[in-house]
Amino acid sequence: MVLRSSLKNYLQLSCILRTPKAGLRSTTSGGLIIQSISNDVYQNLAVEDWIHDHMNLENQQVLFLWRNSPAVVIGRHQNPWQECNLRLLRQKNIKLARRRSGGGTVYHDLGNINLTFFTTRKKYERMENLKLVVKALKALRPQLDVHVTDRYDILLDRQYKISGTAAKLGRATAYHHCTLLCNADKFVLSSVLKSPYKGLKSNATPSVPASVKNLFEDDPGLTCEMLLGAIAEEYAMHHQIDHRITLINPADEAVLPGINDKTKELQTWEWVYGKTPKFSVSTCFNMVYKGSVLDVKVDMDVKHGRIETCNIDLPEQWLPPVLCSELVKSLTGSKLCPNETTALATTLLRLCPQDDELHSRWNLLCENVKMLM
Amino acid sequence: VCIHRVRSCSSIRFIKSKYVCVFDKSALKFSHQQRLFRTSAVSRGQIVQFKLSDIGEGITEVTVKEWYIKEGDSVSQFDSICEVQSDKASVTITSRYDGIIRKLHYNLDEIAYVGKPLVDIEIDASKGVAPEEDVVETPPMSHEEHTHQEIKGHKTLATPAVRRLAMENNIKLSEVVGTGKDNRILKEDILNYLAKQTGAILPPSPKAEIIPPLPKSETVPAAPKDKAREVPVPVSRPIVFSGKDKTEPVTGFQKAMVKTMSAALKIPHFGYCDEIDLTQLVQLREELKPLAQIRGVKLSFMPFFIKAASLGLLQYPILNASLDESCQHVTYKASHNIGVAMDTEQGLIVPNVKNVQVCSVFEIASELNRLQSLGSAGQLGTNDLTGGTFTLSNIGTIGGTYTKPVILPPEVAIGALGKIQVLPRFNGKGEVFKAQIMNVSWSADHRIIDGATMARFSNLWKSYLENPASMLLDLK
Repeated sequence: MVLRSSLKNYLQLSCILRTPKAGLRSTTSGGLIIQSISNDVYQNLAVEDWIHDHMNLENQQVLFLWRNSPAVVIGRHQNPWQECNLRLLRQKNIKLARRRSGGGTVYHDLGNINLTFFTTRKKYERMENLKLVVKALKALRPQLDVHVTDRYDILLDRQYKISGTAAKLGRATAYHHCTLLCNADKFVLSSVLKSPYKGLKSNATPSVPASVKNLFEDDPGLTCEMLLGAIAEEYAMHHQIDHRITLINPADEAVLPGINDKTKELQTWEWVYGKTPKFSVSTCFNMVYKGSVLDVKVDMDVKHGRIETCNIDLPEQWLPPVLCSELVKSLTGSKLCPNETTALATTLLRLCPQDDELHSRWNLLCENVKMLM
Repeated sequence: VCIHRVRSCSSIRFIKSKYVCVFDKSALKFSHQQRLFRTSAVSRGQIVQFKLSDIGEGITEVTVKEWYIKEGDSVSQFDSICEVQSDKASVTITSRYDGIIRKLHYNLDEIAYVGKPLVDIEIDASKGVAPEEDVVETPPMSHEEHTHQEIKGHKTLATPAVRRLAMENNIKLSEVVGTGKDNRILKEDILNYLAKQTGAILPPSPKAEIIPPLPKSETVPAAPKDKAREVPVPVSRPIVFSGKDKTEPVTGFQKAMVKTMSAALKIPHFGYCDEIDLTQLVQLREELKPLAQIRGVKLSFMPFFIKAASLGLLQYPILNASLDESCQHVTYKASHNIGVAMDTEQGLIVPNVKNVQVCSVFEIASELNRLQSLGSAGQLGTNDLTGGTFTLSNIGTIGGTYTKPVILPPEVAIGALGKIQVLPRFNGKGEVFKAQIMNVSWSADHRIIDGATMARFSNLWKSYLENPASMLLDLK
C-alpha cells in the first residue's frame, strides 16, 4: 500500500539495509522510518526478524510501519487452539501466524496498523513509545480521548482498547510493537478470537480479552494513511530525524539478504503450531447415529503440535475394537491437524472390511474427532 | 558444590588427605558427573553461575518458557540459552561465556528472578594459540559465524581455543570434520583442514552475504609454481563428508500408508503393458481445450483416459469389483468411482471422481479441477478420498514410460500412464510418421482377474483413445 501525500517523499531503498557490521547508512543519522509495501503477515514479521538480527542500532532507532491482509497473530508462547477459532480461520482463509514477541493474540486486517520500534536493548522503553503514539493521535485530532494504561494498552474513551503491545528482547537489540485499530472488521475480530475448543489444559500464555473500538467510530474522517503519517511525523520530530518514509519490499533479497528463508520459516507448521507449549485435551461429545445418541470421550496429550498420547472411549462394540485401536495408533505421533487426520483416516479405511455400515460409523467418528482440531 | 571442592583443595596443608577424601565421597554421590569430571580438571574447570541479567523497565521476575540447551551441552558466547517471558515481552537470554552447561536452575514455566543464577556453566581455561603460517585466502567471517555455528540444527562442538584458531585462519567450523567425541572439532582437525587447503586458491565470495568457499576441486583455477615441473601424482585423500544421519519417526498419514501398502503387497499382482497412439487424441484435445476454457475448466488428457476406462469397465465389470477378506465373495461395484493419484505435500493422495459412468468428459474435467485445487491445498475431504473402485495414476506428467503400479485395496486393478513421447511409427501404407505414443502399465489382482480379461479391457480402452470418435458410439 503506497501512501499518497504531497507532504512526504518516498525513497526507494537500494542497498541501505545491510549486513551485521555495516549497519544502516540512512540519509540522516539517528533514525529511520520504513514502511512495508507488502500486506503479507509472514513477510512483514520476517522483516522484523531481519532488522532484529542484522541491523546495528547503536547510533539509531528505527520505526517500521506495516499492515496485513486478514490474519490472526498469536504470541510466541501461546496456544492457537486456546486462542482462536481455527475452523473459522480455515473456512474464511484467514492466515495464522506466530510472532516472536510475547503477549496475546490479535486480529489484523487492512483497517489495523502495526508499529514496530527498534532500539538497542538499553534504550528499550515501551511507555515512551506509546506516549509518542498518543501524542501523535492528539496532534491529529485533539478531541480524541486516548491514553496509555499501565498494561501498555491504549484506551479510547477510557474503556475501549485500540492498541495492544508486545516486545522482543535479544542480546543487543530489542523491539516493541503495537497495533492500532483504525477501521478493522470488529465482527470478524470477535468471532475468530473466540475459541470453540473445550477441555484444553495448558500453561501457554493466555490472552486477556478486551472490548475494542475503531478510531474510525469516533471520527469517521480518519484513515490508516492519516494515522501512519501522523505517527511518522511525531517520531521524526521526537528523534530529530528526516520525516521521510522509506518504502521496503520484504521479498527483496538484495536489500534484505536471507529474508525469504525467514519468511518461509514463519510459515512452517513446525513454527506456527509446533511451537505450542505442551497441553492436554480432555473432552467429551455426543454423536447422533441412526436415532441414538452416543457419548464419546477423547483424551489427548499434545506436544510440539503432535498427538503424543491419545485415548478414545466409545460405547462398547459400536466399532470393532481392532479398528478403534488402529485409529488411536495412527493418530499417535500425528499432527493435530484435520487435513492430516482426513488423509490417515481415509487411508486406513482401505483396510477395513467393505461394509457400508462400518464405513459410515468410522467416518462419523473421524469427522467428530477432527472437530477437536 | 563443585566450588566448595575447589576451595578445600586449594588449601595447601590439607591437599593430600582431604583431596582423596573428598574425591571418594564424590565418587559415590555424583557418579553421573564423574564421567565428565576428569581428575586433572579439578583446578582447570571453574563453575560460574550465570545470573539472569536485567531485563529493563524495573522487571524482577520472568517465566522460563523454553530451554534451548540442556545439562551437558557445550555453549559458546552469544549462543541462545533460553527464552523467558515477562509482561508481553519475550526475551532471548544468550550466554556470556564459553563452556559446558552444568545445571539449569529452573524448569519450564517456573519463575526466574533477575540477578539470581539461571544456569551454571563450567568455563574452560582458554589458552592463546600462535597463528598458523599458511594463511588460507578466504573471505573474512563475522564473529558471530565462529561463535555459534549450527549445521541444520546440530551444534558444532569445539572448545574456545579451537574456535579461536579457526577464526584466526578464517575457517568456517561447519566445513571441518570433527574427529573428537560427538564429532567435536579438535585442534588436529583444524590443522588437517589447513594442510589440505595449502596451495589451493579459493574463489572470493561474490557478495557481502556470507557464502562458504567452494571446496570442490573444479573451482580451483591454478596450481602453485613448484608443482609445474612435476607430473602430478594423485594423492589419495580420505573422502571428507560431514553429513549426519537423521532418524525421524514414521507418523500420521505416512504410518497409514505403510499399513495400506503392506496389505497391498499381499495381493498377487500381475502386470500388463501396452503402447497407445494418441496422435488423434492430441489433436482432438487441442480443438476442445479453448471450448472448455470458455466454460472455465482446464482440460487435460485425464478426463479422456478416465471416461474411456469407465466405458471399458462397462464391458469388463470384474475390474471394478472388490474381493472380500476371506476371498469368498466378489462384489461388483455399480458406480465407477475412478481414483486419480495425486502427489501432494502430505504424500500420495488418491481422491476419486464419483460415478464416471454417468458423467460427460467435461463434467469429469470440471471435477478434476476441483479435486486438484483442494489437493494442492491439502484440503481434500473424506468424501473425496473414500469410495474409490478403480485407479489411474498419471505418473507420466513427472516422467517415465513403463511402471509397476501397486493396487490400492480394496480395489482389484490399477493403471499407470507414462509420458507422451513423439516417436516414429509405421502407418497402414508402410510409411513412417510422427506418432504421439504413451505407455500404459496395468496391474490386476490375479486371484479374480486373468490376463485375458485385462488384455481385452486394455485393448478396448486403447481403441477408444486411438480413435476418439469411436467413443461416441458407446457414450451414454
